[in-house]
Amino acid sequence: MLYALLCYHDEDVVCAWTKDQDEAVMAKLAVVQEKLIKQGRLGPVARLLPTTAATTLRKEDPPLVLDGPYAETKEQLLGFYIVDCANLDEALEVARELGEANPGGSYEIRPVGTFRPGGALA
Amino acid sequence: MTDAAWIDAALTSARPQAVGALLRYFRNIDTAEEAFQNACLRALKSWPQNGPPRDPAAWLIMVGRNAAIDEVRRSRREQPLPDDEAISDLGDAESALADRLDGSHYRDDILRLLFICCHKELPATQQIALALRVVSGLSVKQIARAFLVSEAAMEQRITRAKGRVAQADLPFETPGAVERSERLVAVAAMIYLIFNEGYSASGDTADVRRPLSEEAIRLARLLLRLFPGEPEIMGLTALLLLQHARSAARFDAQGSLILLDDQDRTRWNQPMIAEGLALIDKAMRHRRSGPYQIQAAIAALHARAARPEDTDWTQIDLLYGALEVVQPSPIVTLNRAVAVSKVRGAQAALDLIAPLDGRLANYFYFFGVRGALLMQLGRNDEARTAFDRAIALAHSSAEAAHIRMQLDRLMRDSSAAQAEAGQ
Repeated sequence: MLYALLCYHDEDVVCAWTKDQDEAVMAKLAVVQEKLIKQGRLGPVARLLPTTAATTLRKEDPPLVLDGPYAETKEQLLGFYIVDCANLDEALEVARELGEANPGGSYEIRPVGTFRPGGALA
Repeated sequence: MTDAAWIDAALTSARPQAVGALLRYFRNIDTAEEAFQNACLRALKSWPQNGPPRDPAAWLIMVGRNAAIDEVRRSRREQPLPDDEAISDLGDAESALADRLDGSHYRDDILRLLFICCHKELPATQQIALALRVVSGLSVKQIARAFLVSEAAMEQRITRAKGRVAQADLPFETPGAVERSERLVAVAAMIYLIFNEGYSASGDTADVRRPLSEEAIRLARLLLRLFPGEPEIMGLTALLLLQHARSAARFDAQGSLILLDDQDRTRWNQPMIAEGLALIDKAMRHRRSGPYQIQAAIAALHARAARPEDTDWTQIDLLYGALEVVQPSPIVTLNRAVAVSKVRGAQAALDLIAPLDGRLANYFYFFGVRGALLMQLGRNDEARTAFDRAIALAHSSAEAAHIRMQLDRLMRDSSAAQAEAGQ
């Protein structure tokens, strides 16, 4: 079963990381990702730009375009992983491993309903 | 990341909001800073044991405020102090209480804190130093290092700035819409100043000053999060990101400046460019142009060009024309001249900058551009005079080295021409 691991973290804190701290976290995450790739379990991964770059389209009539993310929250959606796991326990295990590499914030673990990998982008 | 590093980042990120709120309570920068400092010390003790609070800023505000009030009580009545646990144990009350106290205020708290630092009576250097100390929380030592002055001199500069601000009427009432937008303009200008302190550094000082540019970007993003619908703040943030994206390509191994045309564009930071382009896209939708948006749009055209020859100089010329209207300045015209030389030739560019001679008589870059234009026209003697003047006006060895390189090329070309003529 595919699970989406949605990464939430306080954006202000992540923006306060120094370049070195940021790179150190990314390097540790890469180790975990590499392992999942070797096991053939890692789908698309994305790190999102800050919510200041976000725009929201409210589907009203006519649709309303707003600056900023959809919801004002203490922690913001900063990225996601799609991982193939047998069950919730396995997905939690992956989240724990990623969490050790990148402490603070939370992962929301959501089973994926429909998944279309789309065409190759890069 | 270690516990200590995480706490450090959390304290840094909470600082503007927490100091801003504490300043509203105590109406005195020193008291607010001390209260925050005090709360940070307690956080360093409490967070590793009890785990980080859900809302670090709220925790720091409450603890800082309680500790400061107890301090006042103690000094008045010599009452025994409650122990650390009592002060820091806010439990679940913390978030709700702080939300009630601050939810509606924190945006204006942060804006006020930034605005106080750019008080009209403070010279630019004091504004920057004060903001870096009070808002960003850099140590006096760090700031002194970036400004290449002694720690004592910087301490004095900051103390003097604080003194001047304290004497002025601090604006504590909730600002109206007009006042708020005036504050935004002033604060945006100060953030750009901080950025340029880092960006304009070259050679040996570039490394110690680069953090200033990074800090300015952090402050710009913070401001944009507070005012997500302000196109000029989007423009400012985009401008800083697009310029900073080039930093790895701007200097050679000897620390000499590399011009845009000669930079290795594969070393430009692509995520930063993507963020800058996204912001300028968002800003344009508002159809309320302004100087930061125009400058960001110019930077965006450079960023979009994979090779120098792909640059849309016609559009850049038009944008500089628009900038001359909203923000007339000889420097803008000088920058436009570079675009004009690409579109309509060196002579047209020389004609454009000819009237600037008097006003830019002491400006290094003016003579650098003039020399390069004259060189393109083959007026080598005049070009040499302009380059000599530029070297005399250069502020840094990197600037001078860059002009010398052009001079060398000129000498080489003219001796080659002479050799050819002699054949």
